[in-house]
Amino acid sequence: MSTIAEKINTGEKLLPSLEKEQDLLSGSEAIRVIRRKGVDSFSKQGLPARKSEEYKYSPVSLLFKPELALRAPIQSPVLKTRDIDSYRIPQLDAYQITLVNGFFSPELSALQLEDGMISVSSLSTIPAPLVPLFTKHFGNYASIHADPFTALNTAVFADVLFISIPEKKLLDKPIQILNIIHADSPVLISPRILIHVGKGASVQIIENYIYTGKSSQVVSNALTEIVVEEGSRALFYKIQDHCTDLNLISTTQVLQKTGSHFDTHTVTLSGKWIRNNLNIVPDGEHCETHLNGLFILNGAQHTDNHTLVDHRKPNCESNQLYRGILDDKSTGVFNGKIYVRPDAQKTNAYQSSKNMLLSDEASMNTKPQLEIYADDVKCSHGSSTGQIDEDALFYLRARGLSIDSARALLMLAFARDVVNTIRIDALRTEVERLIEKRLTK
Amino acid sequence: MHMLSIKNLRAGIADKEILKGFNLEVKPGEVHAIMGPNGSGKSTLANVLAGRSDYSVTDGEVKFNGKDLLELSPEDRAREGLFLAFQYPVEIPGVSNINFLKTALAEIRQYRGLAPMEAKDFLKLIKEKQALVELQGTLANRSVNEGFSGGEKKRNEIFQMAVLEPTLSILDETDSGLDIDALRIVANGVNKLRSKDRSFVVITHYQRLLDYIVPDFVHVMFDGKIVKSGTKELALELEEKGYDWIRKEQGEKIEA
Repeated sequence: MSTIAEKINTGEKLLPSLEKEQDLLSGSEAIRVIRRKGVDSFSKQGLPARKSEEYKYSPVSLLFKPELALRAPIQSPVLKTRDIDSYRIPQLDAYQITLVNGFFSPELSALQLEDGMISVSSLSTIPAPLVPLFTKHFGNYASIHADPFTALNTAVFADVLFISIPEKKLLDKPIQILNIIHADSPVLISPRILIHVGKGASVQIIENYIYTGKSSQVVSNALTEIVVEEGSRALFYKIQDHCTDLNLISTTQVLQKTGSHFDTHTVTLSGKWIRNNLNIVPDGEHCETHLNGLFILNGAQHTDNHTLVDHRKPNCESNQLYRGILDDKSTGVFNGKIYVRPDAQKTNAYQSSKNMLLSDEASMNTKPQLEIYADDVKCSHGSSTGQIDEDALFYLRARGLSIDSARALLMLAFARDVVNTIRIDALRTEVERLIEKRLTK
Repeated sequence: MHMLSIKNLRAGIADKEILKGFNLEVKPGEVHAIMGPNGSGKSTLANVLAGRSDYSVTDGEVKFNGKDLLELSPEDRAREGLFLAFQYPVEIPGVSNINFLKTALAEIRQYRGLAPMEAKDFLKLIKEKQALVELQGTLANRSVNEGFSGGEKKRNEIFQMAVLEPTLSILDETDSGLDIDALRIVANGVNKLRSKDRSFVVITHYQRLLDYIVPDFVHVMFDGKIVKSGTKELALELEEKGYDWIRKEQGEKIEA
C-alpha cells in the first residue's frame, strides 16, 4: 500500500487514501467538510515547485524526500511534567498549555481556570456553548488556496487547540503554549490552533516551539488562526528555541477587527529549516499592528520570514521590524508584503529589515513588496545587510574587551532593537539570556 | 626605566608610509605633548600604538613597560595599561556606556589576576569619576556616545579613562571641537589623574590645551617624525611663529 506521504510527494489525489484512514477524518461533519476541501486543494496544488515565487529561496523538496508518516503516536508516553519544566520561562507566572505532536495534553498543562476565565479545549472537548463560535471561525481565515501548506494542514491536522478569551476579559497573566514535537522517525506533524479574542478583551500569548526527537527528518507544519475582535488587544510571541534539527513551517493567520491591537514577535534561535508565514488582515478601521522578528542563525540553518499585512480599511497603522544575524553557512529570507487596498486611505505602514552577516558564506535574501492602491497613505520600507561595524569593534577592544565579548556586545545591541519591544518582562529577560548564550560561544 | 620607548618606528596605510622613523621615550609621571601640522602623522601614531589593524608597521620597535607592544592585540594593550582617547569617538547604539565599562573593567582585572569588583564598588567608582569630568548620570547610562554632542563625546573619553585608570594615556586631539568650558573640564579631569606613576601623551594641533594641561616636554612632529623637542616654551614659540617656521626649517634642512 502506498503511503499518503508518497502521494504528497507525487502529488496524487489524497482523498481516497484519507477516507481509508478513519482517524484522519475524525470530527464533526463540519470538520469533515473543511478537511475534504483541504485535501482537494492540496491535491490540486501539490508541494511548491522549484519555480514557485513564494518558495523560491526556501525549496521544500528535500524536506519531503524521506517517506514521512502522517501521524506520530497520539501522545508520547515518555514525556512527564518534569521533562518539560525546563522549557518554562523562569519568573513567568502563566497559564500553561502543552501540545504534544499537535494534541492538547491536559496532563502536561497547568491551567487552574475559574469560571468566566478563558476556555481551553481540544477538538473533542469544546464546551457546547462555544461550538457555534468555533464553527464560525475555524478554517475561515487561512486560505487553503493561497498556500499549499495551509491546505495540507487542513487536510491532515490531528487535533485543534481552541482558546477562547471571553468579551472584556483582561487576562491577569500570559498564556504559554509549549508546542512540543516528539518523534524519532520521519513524520509530518500538523499542529493546529484557533485563538479567539473576544471584544474588548486583552491577552498575552507565548508559543514555544520545542523539538525533543532525534530524527532530523521531522517536519512540523503548524497553523494558527487568531481572531482579534473589536477593541481587543493581543500580544503573541513565537519563540523558536529548543528546536535544533526540526523542519518547521509555521503559519499564523490573523484577522483584526475595528480598533484592535495586535503585536507579535517571532524569535528564531534554533531550528534546521524554518519558514514562518505571518499573514495579518486588519479588517476594520483604527487597527494597530506590530510585527517584530529576530533570527540568529549559524551552521547550515535556514530561516525564512514571509510577512503579509493586508490593509483593507482606512486609518490603520502597521509597523514591521525585523533583525537577523547570520553566521557560518546559514541562509535567511525576509519577504515583507504590504497591500494597501483602495479603501484603506490614511494607512500608515512601515517596514524595516536589517541583517548582519558574520561570515562570507552566510547569505540573506530580502524583498520588500509594497502594493499600494490608495493615494492618501504613508508607507515606507528600509532594508540593509552588512557586516559588523569594525570601528565600533576596535573602539571596544581598545577599552580592554576581548574580540569575542566585543562582537557579542555589538550583536546583542543589534538584536536589542527587537528585544526591547518585548513587553513581558520575564520573557524579555529570558530572550536576552538566550541570545547572550547564543552569541558568546 | 622608560614606560614607553619608541624606536625608529615606520608605519603606514596601504603603500603610503606615514611614520618615517619616529622616536620617543616617556618615563613614568611625564606628560609629553606632540604638536604638528595636519598630515604630519600624529593620529597615525596614536592609532598604531592602540593597535588599529588598518595600519601596518614596517620597521622599528615599541616597548611598553618592557613588553613588545606591537605584538599585543588591542585589548591586551588596554589591559597592560594603555588608553587611547579617540579623536572621533564612535557612536555605538544599543551598547550601554556603563555596561560596557563594567565588562571592560572585569576583563582588565581578570587579565591582571585581580578579583572581580563588587557591584557596589563599581557603582561608587562610576559616580566618583562622573563627578570628575562633570558628566551627567543620564549620559553615563546611555548608549555609548549615541546622540552626544562633540564636547560630551570627549568628556566621555576622559570619563572612561578615569574609570579604567591606565598608566599611559594617549589623548588624540581631545581638544578639537571643544568650547572653552568643555576644554577646562577635560583638562581638569586629566590633571586630577596625573601622578608619579601615570604618563600622558597629548596630541594636539593648538597650544591652547597646553595652558591647561602643562606638559613636561613638547615635541614637534613633521613628516612622520619628531623634528624638534623642548619644554613648554616651545609650544608658545610655535603658537607665535606658526608651523611655517618648522616647515621652512625642515625645507632648508632638506635642501642643505
